Amino acid sequence: MRLLINQQVGKGKVVSFRIIGTGSYLPSKIVTNDDLALTLDTSDEWIKQRVGISQRHISTDESAADMGYKAALRALEMGGVSPDELDLIIAASITGDTICPTVAGLVQKKLGAKCVSFDINSACSGFLFALDTAAGFFERGKAKKALVIGSERMSKILDWDDRSTCVIFGDGAGAVLLEAGDGYVSSKLTTEGEDDVIKIPSGVNNSPFYEKEVEKGKVFMDGQETFKFAVNTITKEITEIAEENDISLDEIKYIVPHQANIRIIQYASKRLHIPGEKFCVNIDRCGNTSAASIPIVLDELCRMNKLKEGDFVILSAFGGGLSSATTLIKW
Amino acid sequence: MTIEKIKNVLADHVDMDLSEITSETTFQDMGIDSLETVEIMMELEDEFGVEIAVGEIGKTVGSLVSYIDSKKE
Repeated sequence: MRLLINQQVGKGKVVSFRIIGTGSYLPSKIVTNDDLALTLDTSDEWIKQRVGISQRHISTDESAADMGYKAALRALEMGGVSPDELDLIIAASITGDTICPTVAGLVQKKLGAKCVSFDINSACSGFLFALDTAAGFFERGKAKKALVIGSERMSKILDWDDRSTCVIFGDGAGAVLLEAGDGYVSSKLTTEGEDDVIKIPSGVNNSPFYEKEVEKGKVFMDGQETFKFAVNTITKEITEIAEENDISLDEIKYIVPHQANIRIIQYASKRLHIPGEKFCVNIDRCGNTSAASIPIVLDELCRMNKLKEGDFVILSAFGGGLSSATTLIKW
Repeated sequence: MTIEKIKNVLADHVDMDLSEITSETTFQDMGIDSLETVEIMMELEDEFGVEIAVGEIGKTVGSLVSYIDSKKE
């Protein structure tokens, strides 16, 4: 039995969480690259080659909370848990329709749950930051059942005239249902606060007293610097988390990376000498759904019966903040 | 020589005969897009031990050589 160092805290073994259910939801409207090329100076060939996307799902009438609720229902159904059993709901989202109530709060209302519910914002790394936060609740004995959701309506914050950004993102939600257990092994979270590489102004300012100019609320991204940041963190963090937990990369069943750009994932595969098949990818069909990307892929993996109990999975995210997070779980 | 070291790194990324690459060859000529440029610059950073700002390297192999040489001083 391998000693899981990061779970030995204080006296005796600390219980964290294990995943007992997954769910996801993608809005029904699909926008293809050819659809976008009708109004933008872009092409299917360019988008596929540069980013790896063929299509993305776009919400026409559902908010991040609506989509998160649907993903949550599916996770609860898989895990056989009813909403009133939940102790905690955390949602990772930067695209809720309301600043308050939060996406998690609205999901709680829709589910008829009664537990504490709040959002975490760390952009594309948000889901893993939320998962880590949930781990803390379990370890302090404050939760026995929890939902962690990533849900984004990215389409609402894009500049749809900017071909360098609007072609990349999509809408959707994913959720994991957690109960107390030993599935969480280890994680690392990092933040490098800056606003030159990736910035999304909130765009809201009603104050007649504020003298500074308020930027429009849309995604600004320096593609090259973002790529450099992403490839550096994904390779470094995957290497480190395996080493720190005395696990070889060969023992990792799957790597679920944030679905930002297929080129980042290909770079990681090449640099880490990990076969491409170990990296789980759905960016071709879903685009970059920010905090929703990892839980959506996890749900797809789970429903295809690709995961067996005891499998080690690395989840790795990077993005706005700048932030990154890598988590090692045992299924 | 700087240009020879650069060409060795480029060898893994371009589909051209290295002998065809000169100072005047542009990144566009070599079929390198903006993301692959970043990858190549990261490898060159390791090769030369200098920091490379992608926005300052210019458009040709020659401008890249000048940039790296100026950073080495």
